[in-house]
Amino acid sequence: MSGNATLATAARVLRQLRRDPRTVALMLMVPVALVTLMKWIFDAQPALFQRVGVPLLGIFPLTSMFLVTAITMLRERLSGTLERLMTMPLAKFDLLAGYGLAFGFMAALQATFVSLVAFGFLGLQVEGQVWAVVALAILNAAVGTSLGLFVSAFARTEFQAVQFMPALIMPQVFLSGLMVPRDHMLRPLAIASDYMPMSYAYDALSRVARDDISRWLAIDVAILASVTVLGLALGAATLRRRTP
Amino acid sequence: MTDSPAIAVDRLRVIRGGQQVLNDVSLNVAPGKVTGLLGPSGCGKTTLMRAIVGVQVVASGAVEVLGQPAGSAPLRSRIGYVTQAPSVYGDLTVRENLEYFRRILRAPQDRIAEVIGSVGLADFAGRVVDRLSGGQKARVSLATALLNNPEVLVLDEPTVGLDPVLRRDLWTMFQALAAGGTTLLVSSHVMDEAERCDELVLMRDGVILATDSPDALLASTHTEKIEDAFLSLVEARGEAAS
Repeated sequence: MSGNATLATAARVLRQLRRDPRTVALMLMVPVALVTLMKWIFDAQPALFQRVGVPLLGIFPLTSMFLVTAITMLRERLSGTLERLMTMPLAKFDLLAGYGLAFGFMAALQATFVSLVAFGFLGLQVEGQVWAVVALAILNAAVGTSLGLFVSAFARTEFQAVQFMPALIMPQVFLSGLMVPRDHMLRPLAIASDYMPMSYAYDALSRVARDDISRWLAIDVAILASVTVLGLALGAATLRRRTP
Repeated sequence: MTDSPAIAVDRLRVIRGGQQVLNDVSLNVAPGKVTGLLGPSGCGKTTLMRAIVGVQVVASGAVEVLGQPAGSAPLRSRIGYVTQAPSVYGDLTVRENLEYFRRILRAPQDRIAEVIGSVGLADFAGRVVDRLSGGQKARVSLATALLNNPEVLVLDEPTVGLDPVLRRDLWTMFQALAAGGTTLLVSSHVMDEAERCDELVLMRDGVILATDSPDALLASTHTEKIEDAFLSLVEARGEAAS
């Protein structure tokens, strides 16, 4: 493991993103547009906007980083650069950590930008700390990056990678508690939601929103961090130096 | 320099997608020489090269490079591998690509300008790779493999589609590298590149037909062109089999 290789990889990934300003603009603007849309949709029910607004700020980075990472990693596999890197003195973990660092940085930008707009212009309010919302959004982005790295191993084409979003992320959004509180769901669904990272993301953000700083929040954060590490470990396991 | 081979392949078998791609291949590649791996498309050249650089899952057999098992960690900074399709980042410039791989390979900074010069891309260093021609992309990929002055260079069809002048220049560079002690294994499906190699390995359908110097091959098959030598070897095997 070497910090130099990790930093070199992160710098390279960010440089590639910079060559694609439209993607960067979409990453930053789409969450803002969607939160603004939510604000208007709930125009007649401002309380509802207050309830879903804060969790949404964390769900966007998870979703968009999942997609961006899965596709970037798939490209690395398809272009042959991954195979080349696997013949070089680069630890697999350094490569994944470099990706994590680069997209973590993008997530920080994204989360900060959407939070500024939501709290500054859309009248979203939290009883807890705004910085804690941003920090949780970055943690969620790390979860998304790590899951994206892992699932990219199961996609042969970019079409397949894109389909993992509705297949793996949308059900998590539906079951996270955003639409219906989890304890009001059918029992099997509630049990399933216990195994979905997004449920803990939603839970943590809504706790910060109502300033419920308890050990339950710490547990949510610990679970999200563990999912990130587990995803990276599984991702490293699917990165094979030798392929058939 | 010792006489022990730079690359030693012993009874290698590789199965890909249920098909036996390499069938009991044994081969020694001499150090400090340009060895040409010749054979038609699909004969297993790429698979053999992948096994040598340690990225191919093998069914049985052994591959050693510089006395160590292929793919082992100490070899990763001593070999260079150039795949047939250029494996560089299309959205980065030539220099940015080399800068990234330089950091991974821990090569000195001044190697970047050197390798860009040696593949003739000095005028394109600041250009994004996706805006280069196919031949130029292939040379960026080659330059990457030269960064850390590897002792063994494995090049999969490095001169396909290149202008004849450039092709000659690259072969001159390969020979200069070999003169400096580098071992080169270069594949091609174009038989006329054979004359530029010190040693030849002729392959067909996952087996090695012959390994020898170009002159010795022509002499033993009583032919005047490598293409004819290849045909004569194929026919000889056909008769032996029937």
